[in-house]
Amino acid sequence: MEKIVAWIDDRFPMTKVWEEHMAKYYAPSNFNFWYYFGSLAILMLVLQIVTGIFLTMHYKPDAELAFASVEYIMRDVPWGWLMRYLHAVGASMFFIVVYLHMFRALIYGSYRGPRELIWIFGMVIFIALMAEAFMGYLLPWGNMSFWGAQVIISLFGAIPYVGDGLVEWLRGDFVISDATLNRFFAFHVIAVPLVLVILVFLHIVALHKVGSNNPDGIEIKKNKDENGIPVDGVPFHPYYTVKDIVGVIVFLMVFSAIIFFAPEMGGWFLEKDNFTPADPLTTPPHIVPLWYFTPYYSILRAVTWEWLPGGAKLWGVIAMGASLVVLFFLPWLDKSPVKSIRYRGGIFKAALAIFIVAFIMLGWLGTQPAEGINTILAQIGLFIYFAFFLLMPIYTRLDKTKPVPERLT
Amino acid sequence: MSEQNVNKGRRRMLTLATSAIGAVGAGFAVTPFVLSMTPSARARAAGAPVEVDFSKLEEGVLLTVEWQGKPVWIVKRSDAMMQKLATLSDLLSDPDSEVESQQPSYAQNVARSQETHPNISVMVGICTHLGCSPIEKFAVGPASDMGDDWPGGYFCPCHGSKFDMAGRVYKNVPAPTNLPVPPFRFLSETQILVGENPEEGKA
Repeated sequence: MEKIVAWIDDRFPMTKVWEEHMAKYYAPSNFNFWYYFGSLAILMLVLQIVTGIFLTMHYKPDAELAFASVEYIMRDVPWGWLMRYLHAVGASMFFIVVYLHMFRALIYGSYRGPRELIWIFGMVIFIALMAEAFMGYLLPWGNMSFWGAQVIISLFGAIPYVGDGLVEWLRGDFVISDATLNRFFAFHVIAVPLVLVILVFLHIVALHKVGSNNPDGIEIKKNKDENGIPVDGVPFHPYYTVKDIVGVIVFLMVFSAIIFFAPEMGGWFLEKDNFTPADPLTTPPHIVPLWYFTPYYSILRAVTWEWLPGGAKLWGVIAMGASLVVLFFLPWLDKSPVKSIRYRGGIFKAALAIFIVAFIMLGWLGTQPAEGINTILAQIGLFIYFAFFLLMPIYTRLDKTKPVPERLT
Repeated sequence: MSEQNVNKGRRRMLTLATSAIGAVGAGFAVTPFVLSMTPSARARAAGAPVEVDFSKLEEGVLLTVEWQGKPVWIVKRSDAMMQKLATLSDLLSDPDSEVESQQPSYAQNVARSQETHPNISVMVGICTHLGCSPIEKFAVGPASDMGDDWPGGYFCPCHGSKFDMAGRVYKNVPAPTNLPVPPFRFLSETQILVGENPEEGKA
């Protein structure tokens, strides 16, 4: 055995990589509940890729055949229903995990220096994931698939001068059609997943270069013993591999319960209108994107101010884009001397609480018709969303922080 | 080779020139890939004109036909509907259909129809906001669910845009322009051809 390892190590840095990233990778010893979601996100990525591969064995990316082939998978393919539910519910679970992972970064300041690049890679992953989910949603060729894609692709038409040409190029036709379905299939099954895997790799490489943050938001590398090992660090393997396995098991219990008892989640994970084949002549009465897009969809719809130069449509698209772009600047917007919420003052805690409420409210409003009070609430939500980020340099400076301890608590 | 003999300026110049040529080459190489995603010859060829017989169409009922993959609406408007059109100008953002891209010149009038058959409305039923298909709300007043003073028209459920019976967009809704009127010509009193202008067929 040792000989085999030595033979490989002479040709490939197997032991070195194992030690650097697992057995001798020192992570802070105080990881809590919020630190499960990184490894769970990797689990979901793997699960989506695996179930996706098995679905492509039976799915037909053709406007004439797509809807029926999904029903064929559900009814005739042995265990096809399980693959399909794992994949469709998996998309929602992936976003739940990713949103909680991002929330963790927000409360413990994991985006702060020297981890800016980890955050930026993470944001690119988030956007690639949205693209992946959006294109995957067209593939069942249900009526909500069709009209959802119609609305989102039309967004690009708001861009002055090049908009109409760009929309035609994206669709590959003058309407959403077979050409659109076929290319979305190509992007969904190979192009975006490849990008995602590479980005996740970069995300982890950057993480392992600087080391994990922790709930106290202090750098364990500042306090090393005589061997150069952080005194507050524990080797990732076996300590956190074992911890993460516990997380995986609990997560899979919840996931299985949903798959087996409520795969549609009352229309939240699989929308009712998508059980009707795509009909280019009839829009479903309420176009609702899946829940993980609704906060941004709400921001898009909240802009109704016609007096804006270029019109409300263009500014709605700009606001939606800006709501994602602003996240990239988070590491430089936060001027607080401390990272973790544990040592921050009341102003940040209040701002974060209001932001979370506004974000969930925007998400809820995105599932409701845009009329009356809903539009006004969405506009308030939009204002809070941007105020949280754009005022951050001011209120994080004013905030009264507590002294940060030298060692993990 | 000793370091002293290296002409760094010239070396940098050569590197830059090579990179620039390489970038141009990459641009050329990418072009076919980008262009392969534009609508194909088959997609361009589709979209032949569609003949519609509306002899059985009743007044105030929406007939939807497919043209170039899009819903096209044909409505025979009643006299009451027609009379109302001229009174709505204050509510509309483009009452005189001044945005030229949204209709052929012969439909640039209050009813957005042809002079010979002013009550026949032909429109592409795709909202100019984000491309949903609006729904008909022809009922007037409370019966429409659109408020007591609703004069009848179309409503887009996606983002709440409102249009009148001639497809003209209301003020303060997300849709920026009136619903498009496609080219169309009358083949007889009860038949139209969607996709061709009146002059085209006469040659």
